Amino acid sequence: MAITMLYFAWVRESIGVGEEIVDPPEAVRTIADLVDWLRERSRGHAEAFSDLGRLRAALDQQFVPLDAPLGNAREVALFPPVTGG
Amino acid sequence: MIRVSVQPAAIDVASELAAVEASGAGGIASFTGLVRADDGVTELELEHYPGMTEAALTTLAEEARQRWGLLAVNVVHRIGRMAPGERIVFVATAAPHRAAALESCAFLIDKLKTGAPFWKRERRNGKARWVEIRGADQEAADRWQQ
Repeated sequence: MAITMLYFAWVRESIGVGEEIVDPPEAVRTIADLVDWLRERSRGHAEAFSDLGRLRAALDQQFVPLDAPLGNAREVALFPPVTGG
Repeated sequence: MIRVSVQPAAIDVASELAAVEASGAGGIASFTGLVRADDGVTELELEHYPGMTEAALTTLAEEARQRWGLLAVNVVHRIGRMAPGERIVFVATAAPHRAAALESCAFLIDKLKTGAPFWKRERRNGKARWVEIRGADQEAADRWQQ
């Protein structure tokens, strides 16, 4: 099922786009699986996702841990730890 | 009343305060965060996640309203580029008495730093750098766990 990916801050800069539509295979069940799978797309993806410890995620606009199941997610965002305020 | 604004425009403190004073509260607490000129920072740029940012701030404001019985909450966060000395964030809370207003205001600014999708990039000596998360910010947010 197609998922809209959103990237922010240096994740977006490494990948080169802020948004893309992807269609992962069945075996991709969690956000961490998705990140592993996305790594193969380009050098930029591989670079952005080289250290999972520096990555945070949101699933349909809710913060979730990287081991969260994708379920029927429509929108997944990957980004660095937030630094507002 | 809950008001949340994520805006490129400058923050007008007088009108933002007036909005919560209209709630009929006995006390208003507010916090204004300014862009610091740490180590020669010449510009700060704020990126955010449109849609999720507003929802996350509204959820935090609603949590504060319920926990402290607030009459009004106003959260304003700037996005885009700004210079040192400019206002980047404003939080105001209105309550029947001062303790609830002061505590909830501190809660909101602490939680906002780790609970809303904003990312800061600072520019110094012509070079831009994404700001890293500070451990102290996470600790400040965690102290409000009930």
